[in-house]
Amino acid sequence: MTLSYNQRDWTVHPSYFSENYKSTHLRSPTKAPVKIEQTNSELTAPSFFSLINHEQENDLTKNGAVDGQQPLGERIVVTGSVVDENGKPQPNTLIEIWQCNSSGRYIHAADQHDAPLDPNFFGAGRCITDKNGIYKFYSIKPGAYPWGNHKNAWRPAHIHFSLFGPAFATRLITQSYFPGDPLLELDPIFQSTPKEARKLLIKTFDIEVTEEGFALGYKFDFILRGPKATPMEK
Amino acid sequence: MSFKQTPSQTIGPFFAYGLTPKQYGYNEIKDITSNNLNSEGTIGERISIEGIVFDGNNEAVDDALIEIWQASSSGLYVTSRNQKNTNDSFCGFGRCGTGTNPQRKFSFTTIKPGSASENQAPHINFIIFMRGLLSHVYTRMYFPEEEVANQHDSFLIKVPKNRRQTLIAKQMSSSKVKVYQFNIYMQGANETVFFDV
Repeated sequence: MTLSYNQRDWTVHPSYFSENYKSTHLRSPTKAPVKIEQTNSELTAPSFFSLINHEQENDLTKNGAVDGQQPLGERIVVTGSVVDENGKPQPNTLIEIWQCNSSGRYIHAADQHDAPLDPNFFGAGRCITDKNGIYKFYSIKPGAYPWGNHKNAWRPAHIHFSLFGPAFATRLITQSYFPGDPLLELDPIFQSTPKEARKLLIKTFDIEVTEEGFALGYKFDFILRGPKATPMEK
Repeated sequence: MSFKQTPSQTIGPFFAYGLTPKQYGYNEIKDITSNNLNSEGTIGERISIEGIVFDGNNEAVDDALIEIWQASSSGLYVTSRNQKNTNDSFCGFGRCGTGTNPQRKFSFTTIKPGSASENQAPHINFIIFMRGLLSHVYTRMYFPEEEVANQHDSFLIKVPKNRRQTLIAKQMSSSKVKVYQFNIYMQGANETVFFDV
C-alpha cells in the first residue's frame, strides 16, 4: 500500500475564501485545517467497479433521449487521461459528470433559470477509466447561464467532474471549461483559482479527437495527488 | 515534465441529479451508493447518524453533499483488493445531500465501525462539498462512548483540546437503533475541525 499521498497543492487549488465569490463568505472555514499523518482511512477507497453497471453510462446524447430522438445543441466528445503527479495512469477510477443543456438550463428542480429544458437531455453520466487511465464522454456543449452573484453575472460553459482516484485522499470535484470563452475572465469561481493554474481547467479543442460528421473533440486530462516520494525502497 | 494537481472547483448547487439521483427523485441514472450502507449480510451494530451543516449565520445549508467512508465492524476498509476476502457485505461508502429533508438534515444508516489500528479510535470519515466551498473539506466523526480510545487517537491528539468536542457525535435518546447526531459548523465559535488530509 502507498505510504502516503502528497498534500493538496495550494498553489493550484483555490483558497476557501474568495472576496468576489459571495457564497464563500459564510461557508469557508476560518481556521487552518489540522495537520495529520495519513492512515488507512485516507489511503483506501471503495471499489466502485463492482457498484457500477458495466454498461458505461458515458453517452449523454443518449441517456436522456426519448424514443430515439436527440438532444439539441452541438455534439461534443470529451476524452483524456487520469494520471497522478508522477504521470502514472490511474485505471478503474470512477468519473461522474453533470452539466446544463445547450440552453444553459440544468434539469435540477432548483434551477429556475428561464431557459428551456430539453426533453431529450438529462445531463449526467459516469464512466470508469480503462487500464491506461483513459476516459471518454459524449455530450452536448453546455450553454452559459446567469446567476445571482453580482450584476449581470454569467457562468462560462462548464462540465462538472467528480473523481475518486485510488484513495479518500485523492478525491476531487472540479469544473472544466471551454477554450476561448470570454466569460472566463469575468467568472469569480474560475478566477478564484491561482492564476498560473487556471489553464489546467480549460479543455483543449482537438481535431484528432473530433469525430467526422458527428462531434467536436475536446481533450481534458486530470492530475490527481500522487504517492509521496520515499527516500528508500523498503 | 511536471504534473500539477488539477485544481478543485465548487460542486455548485445542482449536483444532485448526477451524484445522488435516487434521493432527489431522478430515475434516469442509477446510484452508485446511497445513505444506507447496510444490507442483509452486513455484520455489526446498526446505528444511524444525522446532522445539519450550518453556515456562518447559523443557517442550515440546503445544498451540501456529505460523503462518508468507514471501516467495517472488524475495522477493515473494504476495497477492490480485499473485498473478495471478506464475507461481510458492507461497502463502507455512502452519500447524502441536504436538500430533501425539511430541516436540511443529512442522515445515514450504517454500522459502528471497528478500530482500524492501534492508534485509531473507531471513527467515520467525512467529506463535505457545497456551493460556496471551492475545495472540499475533510473531517471525522468519533463516538462519545469511546473515551479511552479517543484519548489515544492519532488525529484527535493533534486537535487543540478545546476544539475536540466538534468531532465527537452526541448520542440521542435511546431507541432500538442508536442515533448519533453530528452537526457540522463551517464557521463560528463551534467551527468544526477540518483535517489537512
